[in-house]
Amino acid sequence: MLASLSSENVAPAPVMRFSAEQCCLSIAQFYLAYAGKTALHDLTLDLPRHHVTAFIGPSGCGKSTLLRAINRLHDLNESVTHSGHIQLEGQDIHAPDMNVTELRRRVGMVFQTPNPFPMSIYENVAFGLRLQQRLPKRKRDDIIEWALTSAALWDEVKDQLHRSAWQLSGGQQQRLVIARTLAIKPDVLLLDEPASALDPISTLKIEELIRNLKSQLTLVLVTHNMQQAARVSDYTAFLQQGELVEYGPTDQVFTNPRLQRTENYITGRIT
Amino acid sequence: MDITSDTHSQHISRQFNQELEELKTHLMAMGGLVEKQVQDAVFALLEGDSHLAEKVRDNDRQVNDLQLQIDDECTRVLARRQPAASDLRLVLAVIRATSDLERIGDEASKIARNAMLLSESNGNVRGLIEVRHISEHVRKMLRDALTAFARFDTELAMQVVREDELVDDEYGSAMRSLMTFMMEDSRSISSVLSIMWVLRALERVGDHADNLAEYVVYLVKGLDIRHSDPDTIDPQVLKKS
Repeated sequence: MLASLSSENVAPAPVMRFSAEQCCLSIAQFYLAYAGKTALHDLTLDLPRHHVTAFIGPSGCGKSTLLRAINRLHDLNESVTHSGHIQLEGQDIHAPDMNVTELRRRVGMVFQTPNPFPMSIYENVAFGLRLQQRLPKRKRDDIIEWALTSAALWDEVKDQLHRSAWQLSGGQQQRLVIARTLAIKPDVLLLDEPASALDPISTLKIEELIRNLKSQLTLVLVTHNMQQAARVSDYTAFLQQGELVEYGPTDQVFTNPRLQRTENYITGRIT
Repeated sequence: MDITSDTHSQHISRQFNQELEELKTHLMAMGGLVEKQVQDAVFALLEGDSHLAEKVRDNDRQVNDLQLQIDDECTRVLARRQPAASDLRLVLAVIRATSDLERIGDEASKIARNAMLLSESNGNVRGLIEVRHISEHVRKMLRDALTAFARFDTELAMQVVREDELVDDEYGSAMRSLMTFMMEDSRSISSVLSIMWVLRALERVGDHADNLAEYVVYLVKGLDIRHSDPDTIDPQVLKKS
């Protein structure tokens, strides 16, 4: 508390850095443009390992674009150009020797609308595993049980693993998708509005899951729901028009943001 | 990030602006009432006006009702709006402030009760000079704390925080003179004890005014300076921007 009484803490444009040991993802001077139109402008931020970082900001501010960039989902879009670096555990994700398939195994992604494959619950979770390696059935079953348990879905589906995934409710489908991602043991989980299409109870289950997964991996959450960012994240980054406005501990951002622009956004003021 | 007194009127939701404005207005109304209560209680004591003292005792109910009403409004805002940042700090500061104002109301009521007792006692009451002096001091603190709240003025708030130390010193020295009075004349013990209770109540009013001033700093700067020595706080941090 006493430390926060010094005048340094009110300095504008704070840049929060983490040491190499704490840092899982490190983004440095990252620019990205769609057909020459800048979407991300000079972003520099470190995301700490085993924590939840939330990206918040108005529509079109670039938060989903940034999330996709971490997974190199823009690779197939020829109109996208970028510069700067994104490092995963010290390794540049755009380095020529980076295997994109391996990158996407290490960095899982969950989207706004649950997208289970048109197959059984079991096969959904086994899908990535089968692509990755041949495993004895017993071993595979263990991993599937572990993934479904980690995704807080096992108890609800253990007796119906061979039913179609599409028969699950929206919230269950979303947890199934998370289980599918967890099965291939990623280091990072990117969540793009994972609960925005879900009812309040399913939303709370997903939030609880995010909290519990922290001990296993690093999570990055994009959300429009500020209360959700405040509830589940440890750090919050506020983006506006492709720029990082403020990045800090969630508690601080939501009780005493340093910049007027952040304050205006999170309190719903006219800017 | 600093806020100003019109920060809370710029939301996209006009209804929310209005709710926060009402919180502030009602808190100021409660502050005004409590200020008047302290003023009347001290006047009743100094002038031996037991009717006025009785009125102060009756009016305490209004203060209590206002506390309930404002707390209720704060609960509604928290439940319905889930305020963040400066909005959240405003609601928290208002909840805390109503509790201190209500306690000041109780202290005014105690002063009024002693005023009624003293008005019945015959003879010369000692210690009224001390009461007059300290009451002027704490009433100014209370007025300044409320003004600082209304204007979001952290510099004025810090003045109040510093004043509280002076009041504590004055209270200590008044207590020593009153003890001398009691030793000199044992017949005065009962009335001097009443005066001591009054001074104690006034000193507590000063403490509550100090708390109000601390909430202003929290509200405007997001700094919780409760339990901190005012001399250790960097004056630059508290400067108005």
